[in-house]
Order: sequence, then C-alpha cells, then structure tokens
Amino acid sequence: MSASTPAVVSRKLSKLREDGIIIGQEAMIDWQKLGFDVEVSLRITLDKTQSRAFEEFLEAARLIPQVIEIQTFVGRVDVRLSVIAKDMADYQRIYRDQILKLPHMSDVEALLHISRIKSDDVLPV
Amino acid sequence: MSAYDEIDMTLLRLLSDKGNLSAGALARRLDMSQPAIWRRVRRLEESGVIKGQRVVLDQKKLGFGVTVFLGVKLSGKKGVPLEDFERAVSAIPEVQTVEHVLGMYDYRLRVVARDIADFERILRRRIMTLPGVGDVEANVLLSEERRIGPL
Repeated sequence: MSASTPAVVSRKLSKLREDGIIIGQEAMIDWQKLGFDVEVSLRITLDKTQSRAFEEFLEAARLIPQVIEIQTFVGRVDVRLSVIAKDMADYQRIYRDQILKLPHMSDVEALLHISRIKSDDVLPV
Repeated sequence: MSAYDEIDMTLLRLLSDKGNLSAGALARRLDMSQPAIWRRVRRLEESGVIKGQRVVLDQKKLGFGVTVFLGVKLSGKKGVPLEDFERAVSAIPEVQTVEHVLGMYDYRLRVVARDIADFERILRRRIMTLPGVGDVEANVLLSEERRIGPL
C-alpha cells in the first residue's frame, strides 16, 4: 500500500461514494448498553400458499420496534428476525403479544444469542 | 438506561440511520447548539453506546454476489473444545460473523462468496473441515434490512 495523505484518502472515499460502492454510513449501537440484554434470532417459515404472505408478513414485522433486523432467504427458513428485549420477561411479552400475531407464519424457531465471537463487515478483498 | 434522555434517543435514531449527518445538521434538527450536540455524541461514544461507524458497502459491486447464513451444530462425540472451533472459524476470511447461540444450532455464521461455486468451495474446504463440526444448514440471503429499533 502506498503512503496516503488525508487529501488522497478523502478523494478516494468520494470516488467510492460516486461509484455507489459505499452506499451509506451509520452509527452502530450497543443495545446492551441501553439495557437490552436479550437478543433472539427468530427463524420463520411462512405459509407460501398465500400469494402475498411475504409482503404482508414483512409489512407487519416492520411495525414491531424491537425488531432490529429483517432478512429473507432461500432455504429451509424464509425469514429471520432479530429481536431485542430488556430481559426474558420482556421478550416473552413481545413474543406473545406481537410476534405470534404476525400473519402467515407456519413455523417459528428461536435461537438465543449467547455471545458474538466475530463481527466484522470486512469483505475478503 | 436512565442516564440517557429523549434527546439522546433522537440523536441515536438519526445517527443510526444517517451516520454522516454533520453536527450542524443535527443541531438544526434538534434545535440545539453545535457544541451541545458534540458533547452528547462524545458522551455516547465514550460510554460505548455508539460502538462505531459502519460503512455500508454494495457487496455485489465488489464481486461478492452471495451471502449465506450457516447454522452449525458441533458433534459432541469428538469432545473438541469450543475455543478450538471458534478460533478456526474466526480465521476464515469469508466468514464475516460468528455468533454462539442456544437452540437448534450451536453457532450461526455469516459467509460471503463471489458466487455459488465459490460458496461451495468455502463450504467443502473450509467449513466442513473445521474441528468438531457436525450438522450444517445453509440459507442463502435474498434481502436484508436493518431497522432503527426501539429508540
């Protein structure tokens, strides 16, 4: 890597933005520090006989504030939601009152997060 | 939690959505002075509530067309220490995240690959050869959105 001055770096960054390689920038929040000690991954299978199952499910899931991530897949799982809660009692309340009321679900499986061993968004370029 | 007020929450909401808003822009939105905004942002950073800044990249433009999530179950029989598995899996460059979970699987991995053939190579040569690895389930990511959360 050649030596870079701040001016060179800033030029390169704006080029990466113009080319659409850098799409945006966002602050990463440590939810535990804000008192959200529980994180659960919900792996959901949808009833695909309903033609608008995906759209209607996603629209409803977006309205739950404790859902911090929504992913869709090809595979055994259709959708995954990351849900945060203050404690297990809080999680149970969110699960019963909000998650279970989401439309078109045929199966839900939960994974409780214990720890994050590696977390980098670095690409192997 | 009680250490942070409504203004902090609004600030976090704005920053986690558009991290590159200038202090000036934040000050105008919140109707506060720039130094006051700076002080609050610094406090959130120093206390670790803001862990850092994430640059959002277009992975496809960089040649990484496929993201796969793997659920990995360790096979208990061999008695491989968790640390050995964790160390080996973390060393694979294509594995972006490793989460230890409780449920049907022991670990959840996020893997990036150039295409499906590249993913197959990573799976066979790198993942399936990890110490202690048992059942593996793969789900190919179609779409992903981060939400603002309960702020």
